[in-house]
Amino acid sequence: MDFRLTDDQLALRRGTRELLEGRTGGMPPRGGLDRALWRALGDAGLFALALPEAEGGVGLGLPEAVLVFEEAGRLLLPGPLAASWLAAGRLGVPGAADGTSVVTALDAGDGVPVEHLAAADRLLVLEGGAGAQARLARPEELCAAPVRSVDPLTPLHRVSGRTGAAAVPGAAAVPGADVALLRREGALLTAAQQLGSAGRTVELAVAHARVREQFGQPIGSFQAVKHLCAGMLERVETARSVVYAAALTENEDETAAAKLLADEAAVRGARDCIQVYGGLGFTWEADVHLHLKRAWLRAEQWQNTVTCEESLAAAI
Amino acid sequence: MELGDTAEEAEFRHALRAWLAGALPALPPAPDPEDWPARRAYDMEWQRALYDAGYAGLHWPRDAGGQGAPPGRHLIFLEETERAGAPYVGAGFVGLLHAGPTIAAEGTAAQRARWLPPILRGEEVWCQGFSEPDAGSDLAALRTRAVPDGNGDYVVTGSKIWTSHAQVADWCELLVRTDPQAPRHRGITWLALPMDAPGVTVRPLRTLAGTEEFAEVFLDEVRVPAANRVGAEDDGWRVTLVTLSFERGTAFAGEVVACRRLLRELAATARSSGRWEDAVLRRRLGRLHAEFTALWRLVQWNVSEAGHTGRQRCTGAPGPGAPGMGVPGTGVPGAGASVFKLRYSHARQELYDAAAEVLGPDGALDAAADWTAGRLSSLAYTIAAGTSQIQRNIVAERVLGLPKGR
Ligand SMILES: Cc1cc2nc3c(=O)[nH]c(=O)nc-3n(C[C@H](O)[C@H](O)[C@H](O)COP(=O)(O)OP(=O)(O)OC[C@H]3O[C@@H](n4cnc5c(N)ncnc54)[C@H](O)[C@@H]3O)c2cc1C
Repeated sequence: MDFRLTDDQLALRRGTRELLEGRTGGMPPRGGLDRALWRALGDAGLFALALPEAEGGVGLGLPEAVLVFEEAGRLLLPGPLAASWLAAGRLGVPGAADGTSVVTALDAGDGVPVEHLAAADRLLVLEGGAGAQARLARPEELCAAPVRSVDPLTPLHRVSGRTGAAAVPGAAAVPGADVALLRREGALLTAAQQLGSAGRTVELAVAHARVREQFGQPIGSFQAVKHLCAGMLERVETARSVVYAAALTENEDETAAAKLLADEAAVRGARDCIQVYGGLGFTWEADVHLHLKRAWLRAEQWQNTVTCEESLAAAI
Repeated sequence: MELGDTAEEAEFRHALRAWLAGALPALPPAPDPEDWPARRAYDMEWQRALYDAGYAGLHWPRDAGGQGAPPGRHLIFLEETERAGAPYVGAGFVGLLHAGPTIAAEGTAAQRARWLPPILRGEEVWCQGFSEPDAGSDLAALRTRAVPDGNGDYVVTGSKIWTSHAQVADWCELLVRTDPQAPRHRGITWLALPMDAPGVTVRPLRTLAGTEEFAEVFLDEVRVPAANRVGAEDDGWRVTLVTLSFERGTAFAGEVVACRRLLRELAATARSSGRWEDAVLRRRLGRLHAEFTALWRLVQWNVSEAGHTGRQRCTGAPGPGAPGMGVPGTGVPGAGASVFKLRYSHARQELYDAAAEVLGPDGALDAAADWTAGRLSSLAYTIAAGTSQIQRNIVAERVLGLPKGR
């Protein structure tokens, strides 16, 4: 056992951060899904990380993917990243690996609206449990209506009327892609994004608490504020340990634990950050609300709290 | 990042498992929990057996009498001993888990040779004389005085409180004030006090669980040789921080494994009693499963960070990569220890509160039930070894760099 990041992993994390910050100026991109950025991510190998080098991939694994997705989560990069990653790797969807094709997902039965449906080139449909095959459709085949999304950077569509296979009759099965496995990896990569967002909101809260003064001193010297920040870091570090571990063990229970704790770290971290920001935290201008709204969305996608807790209970 | 066993680790695990299978049936029955001398004898006998089999001080340096194994080895030891239902470290807690490691890190060669082998062999028990009636969270306010007598001895007078296992201890890691004029943190010294020295009086205190687990220790002109000083005179605060890092960072690691077992027992009880049908309770247990899974990974993370030679993993972000989250290469856990201590204390209390819900009023109100005793003693976790409020102060100030409170 040596749980530390290797030098290569540290370099990958650094490189990803530089790439993303260079492209976005370090701010959450406001314009929604940016196709040029998506291509750049493809060129940088983000979607093909786990593909063998012979197939044009990078030959790395889930731990590396988790580090990259954490960075994407830090910056609230919009887009169906997890679905596109699965499409590029497990499913071999043409164009997904190099970022020319954007793939979004519908999990029949979880009731979560589909993100970026209009911008997507392909729709991944997950239905059934272990052993069931994923299916692939064209987005326009889905009978869905736009929802006014709580996350301003993530357009959502609600499936109308029929669900699952019935909602996309034209979807074709993709051989070799087990739905349970896709769900597990999707949950892990979503947890990684939540972890990145949670890490970012502690940074934002701490930076603000150091400079904002009231009663003649930085608010960060008040214990009530300190303890909010300490709680945020405690949740981030706990989530980080289990997210990284789940990437290594690829274990289903551990992945559920990772998703549960990363969701909580992201949602509560963003809320506490809003609290530390005070009135500023309640404005549209400050980025903090974007973290909370994205965290709410990601917490519902790819196994929500109830699903995680129930599957963790069943596994005791 | 690698969580699996290396070939050596797998071999070690295998051999340990085989040894435990033979050694455990030979153990005498566990003693009455109120009989402290018997508990001491039982715990020491187990430690001696570990020593004889080559399982004592696994991750201690070789020149401290240890095996010099990589830190992961100790975690395998914890996993396997718990899995096999072996005794817990018990009266050996302070000696093995924080006084010993402190002496290994800060003591002279002579001090290591004197104190470490008897700890590893299960011959000497240590206790911790840090807290005083007027110095708890504010430990640096301690007033127990040590005055050099001119012949190389200190004469110590004062009192300590909440000293766990004091009545069965041979030695005490004692914090004393050697320079009352200096700023508070500069006049403190770390001494090893022989508990049988003239002038030491131990008065047991009854805990809310009804047991005499800790005591008051009165010191009346007790002579302690200067050779018993670990670190320089007046430099004891630095040594204290080393002790506290071990106490908060790694000392409770074994208990996390035990909590995972307790949770399994609890789920089995709930399933057979029908309480499992209650979705709220079931989800509460599911969440605890996540909690203890993550806490064990956090232990592995902290141990990996602290135990290996290497550089600081500074990423600029708060987190394990941030300065202060570990002290690479020294084996001394960094301020990340406080994150673990904080989270674990609350998780343990939540486990026993959930247990009360599983057992229902009949079980939860029965003081004779193991779960009730455990629930009562779990209340100490957010107080002992630094309260949760103090851990949050440490995380905020030392890890996140927020301004110090006044
Ligand atoms: C079971 C048990 C075993 C123990 N064993 C030992 C032992 O073997 N050796 C030893 O030396 N000590 C031992 N202790 C003592 C323990 O370390 C102290 O109880 C602890 O540090 C708190 O000190 P205190 O009891 O004086 O409480 P206080 O310091 O008086 O604290 C009371 C309350 O005030 C809060 N508080 C205090 N200061 C602050 C602050 N700056 N900011 C916010 N809140 C604050 C605390 O969090 C707490 O809630 C043990 C304690 C227990 C319960």
